[in-house]
Amino acid sequence: MCSLLQIAAWTLCAGVAWPQGPVGIQQPSSTPEDLAAGEHFYRTECAYCHGPHGEGGRGATLARPRLPHAPDDATLSAVIENGIPETEMPGHWFAPHEIRQLVAYVRTLGRVEPQKIDGDPERGERLFAGKGGCSRCHTVTGRGGALGPDLTDIGARRSVPYLKESLLDPEAAVPEGFLQVQLVTRDGQRITGVRLNEDTFSIQIRDLSDNFQSYFRSELAEVIKQFGKSPMPSYKEAFTPTELNDLIAYLDALRGIQ
Amino acid sequence: MKPHIVYLLTLSTLFAQVPYERIARAPAEPESWLTYSGDYQARRYSTLNQIDRSNVNRLKIVWMYQIKAHHKFETSPLVFDDVMYITEPPSDVTAIDLRTGRPIWSFRRSVPAVPVCCGQVNRGIAALDDQLFIGTLDSHLIALDLKTGRVRWDVVVADYKTAHSITLAPLAIKDKVIIGIAGAEYGIRGFLDAYDAKTGKRAWRFWTVPEPGEPGSETWSGDSWKHGGAPTWITGSYDQETNLLYWGTGNPGPVYRGDVRKGDNLYSDCLIALDADTGKLKWHFQFTPHDVNDIDANEIPVLIDAEFRGKPRKLVLFGNRNGFYYILDRVTGEFLLARQFANQTWAKGIDERGRPIPNPATAPSPEGATVYPDDDGTANWFSPSYNPQTGLFYQNTREKGATYYLTEAPYMPGRQFLGASRRALSGGEPWGALRALDSLTGELKWEFRLPTPPWSGILSTAGGLVFSGDMEGNFFALDAADGKLLWRLQTGGPIWAAPITYRSEGKQYVAIAAGSAIVVFGLN
Repeated sequence: MCSLLQIAAWTLCAGVAWPQGPVGIQQPSSTPEDLAAGEHFYRTECAYCHGPHGEGGRGATLARPRLPHAPDDATLSAVIENGIPETEMPGHWFAPHEIRQLVAYVRTLGRVEPQKIDGDPERGERLFAGKGGCSRCHTVTGRGGALGPDLTDIGARRSVPYLKESLLDPEAAVPEGFLQVQLVTRDGQRITGVRLNEDTFSIQIRDLSDNFQSYFRSELAEVIKQFGKSPMPSYKEAFTPTELNDLIAYLDALRGIQ
Repeated sequence: MKPHIVYLLTLSTLFAQVPYERIARAPAEPESWLTYSGDYQARRYSTLNQIDRSNVNRLKIVWMYQIKAHHKFETSPLVFDDVMYITEPPSDVTAIDLRTGRPIWSFRRSVPAVPVCCGQVNRGIAALDDQLFIGTLDSHLIALDLKTGRVRWDVVVADYKTAHSITLAPLAIKDKVIIGIAGAEYGIRGFLDAYDAKTGKRAWRFWTVPEPGEPGSETWSGDSWKHGGAPTWITGSYDQETNLLYWGTGNPGPVYRGDVRKGDNLYSDCLIALDADTGKLKWHFQFTPHDVNDIDANEIPVLIDAEFRGKPRKLVLFGNRNGFYYILDRVTGEFLLARQFANQTWAKGIDERGRPIPNPATAPSPEGATVYPDDDGTANWFSPSYNPQTGLFYQNTREKGATYYLTEAPYMPGRQFLGASRRALSGGEPWGALRALDSLTGELKWEFRLPTPPWSGILSTAGGLVFSGDMEGNFFALDAADGKLLWRLQTGGPIWAAPITYRSEGKQYVAIAAGSAIVVFGLN
């Protein structure tokens, strides 16, 4: 008897019960017709939860180079077919060739092709750690601060124009999960930081010095949520155009831990 | 008395039967919790008052029971004769010793991979005589021996391969078990069934989408009725005097494409009143005709008798997912009142007959249309509570919108039948509140704000308390009169379930499913 208590066994059960056979590890189809078919399936079956362009919502963000539950195409096929146990991701009844078409399309959502940029990534790395002070708030391969997003694979996730905009106008698109808040204590002290967690009775933040702070609401006079605000300064005046290009070249080269 | 003697006495009452007459008198037996909502009136209210405003701050955990699965844990336990019965996701049942929290027996069932919109969940069971009844994710209805958990009978309600699924607790009435169905996101045709409790033979079926020639079929264009949805996936209520069963129905299909199903699409988004013996429709009231925003009426109809506008009436109260609180005459279905209790933009108002005035700007479009509430609704399946002491109707409320982009919706068996993609709104955050409404006017009396839209149900008690939870794991008690916080505890896991209360060996307890555990609280 299949047990639902173990993920491996669950997957086996699901595979046995599914009307179509398992997809196997065939390569995804990627002709223009296949991609069009995959896009159609995506729009009708997936976009409702994962967003029209894979930006996420009720479901995970798919517009990223690596999917945590699907590091390769065979696994992504299995996830589409069987769902992800203990989440709301259901299994889907596609024919094997339809799943391959869908996999091919989903992979296009997270693909950001390298773009040529007139900058020196090595100089950019020095600017990142030095003049820019970026590593105080950002992590690359496990080193750096945590006030801002981990940039280890930012070059694979974001385009050059996006990176440039983020440096010049950080508040143009504040990343999800980095809400800036200002806490006002009952004695009038104001603490600004990035929200880590919040519930009905408490809030935890990382303050601008990258320190963890925790408060019960009863200790606070006010919690001010600063939507669209970012603690990151604009680098418009801080860098010369050449330095800016060097930094962008460095960020664009960050493609994750290989 | 020595402990072992107590235990022997306990064993002697351990597996007593639960006849219909006992369930019908549930309000007079507050030591037990005999139906999904506590009683046939679905008030989720208890006359127990040992735990009250003055001592609730002394509540402590008495025991916890951890389940093995990590799906959303939405069960509302039954408690009687010293045993708690819970369901575990996806379709398991466990009997637990009330004194120790230790399992007595478990029913485990493997289910195939059923396409479901919203998780492999189960919300509870029904008891009748010496049996328990569970609806399974793969759409079986199963009767278990109360004493052993072993299968008495197992019938197929519908084909899971066409994405029919069961997640609700059945309701046992007289000699029948009532069970609903889910799957409107996959193009099912909805129904409500009754089965003979002893044999499992189907007694009646009411199709919630009429076929051509039947009354209401004129509200569907072409063949759209075949996959018209109108599911019945949350437990209803029952009036013994009128012998009427009250049940909410869900969205039509395809969910967001009104152009392929022109008309009002009866009996989607309705409250239906059926003869409990025959399943014949007595009356219906459609809250949201021709719904294109997925605002199901799969909520709990609460039955009360009260003087309304100077006249004693038998009422049904309904906090609707569409953002309006309704009062109907439950004998005739007459519309009496609708009052908005949460932000909504899909309707410009409700006319004097109870029919909404739709706002066409909120219908999904290729360019995207923003609407409040989103498809999770302002209310949803999570239980409200009615407290006769305060006269208040307690409703957890979600304040959240979204933008919907029209897409194709071809019907294929077992595949989603939606017709839109969705994008979250930017520039703010959704939130929620536990709201207390005047039950006879819908007027907001107080609210307790929550930073995240809730999925927890509500229990109110004669101790002057309201219990509920939040998505961050807090379980809390409020003053039923004014909403003041009196007690809270961080359980460590989100609360997707409704609390219950019971009395055992002279002491009152409160229980809630939180995270992956049943947590039972008692006074220190």
